[in-house]
Amino acid sequence: MLDRLSFPQPWLSLILFVTWQFLSDGISGGSLVLGLILAWAIPQMTQGFWPERPSFMRFWLMPKYLARVLKDIVIASFQVAALIISPRKPRPAFVCYPLELEHPLAISILASTISLTPGTVSADVSDDQRLLLIHALDTENEQEVIDTIRKRYEQPLLEMFK
Amino acid sequence: MSPFAEYAIAFLLLLGGAFTLIGAIGLARLPDFFTRLHGPTKATTLGVGAIMLSSVIYFSARGEGIGISEVLITVFLFMTAPVSANILAKAAMHIGVRTMDGTEGKPWEQ
Repeated sequence: MLDRLSFPQPWLSLILFVTWQFLSDGISGGSLVLGLILAWAIPQMTQGFWPERPSFMRFWLMPKYLARVLKDIVIASFQVAALIISPRKPRPAFVCYPLELEHPLAISILASTISLTPGTVSADVSDDQRLLLIHALDTENEQEVIDTIRKRYEQPLLEMFK
Repeated sequence: MSPFAEYAIAFLLLLGGAFTLIGAIGLARLPDFFTRLHGPTKATTLGVGAIMLSSVIYFSARGEGIGISEVLITVFLFMTAPVSANILAKAAMHIGVRTMDGTEGKPWEQ
């Protein structure tokens, strides 16, 4: 019974609560109560889907990583835009990316990053979580895609989850 | 509102509009399902980002406070776009959508 009343994901609850205050127009008694209910109910309902929390995570490396991803999104967006307008056909490829990351949360962050940066979409993770299938929009060789992702995104994430 | 803010807002709106348009053109022009998948996940990232920034500048220049709700909209889009692209690609691989000629590599079977 007490289990039902607890907050299984305290950070998620806090984020939900604060987000709700921003979404509703100004903080009022109603928004506080509803925020509290949401912060309790959503983690409870989704508890079964959450992977185990990493034992140690270097949160302070996150802003640097986010800045790098944002910069890459801007640069690569121009490249993809140029490709769409140009008359030549793209050269798409499916690339198998061997993962070095092991933690499920780290893998999903990497997969989301790959999907957000233009030119690549992550399509699937193999059942043993060792391979990531990536669809690249326009590439000359697979090794280049793998090397770029390894160097720019996976290494910082490895640092973060070490 | 200062002229500088007006220029910045106009520039960002045009940039965002251009990228959203190019994303839509890509959706119509690219040859197969997997390449078309790149359109919506990308156009939203930069296009919405630029439009959101212009909205933030507009409301802060008019002195109505910084629009946190715009930032939240962008964050939600950034979080949901990769997930939906991932599910779309998975579904396409599951039913075996054909890929365009000259695609290197194959989607795997599991």
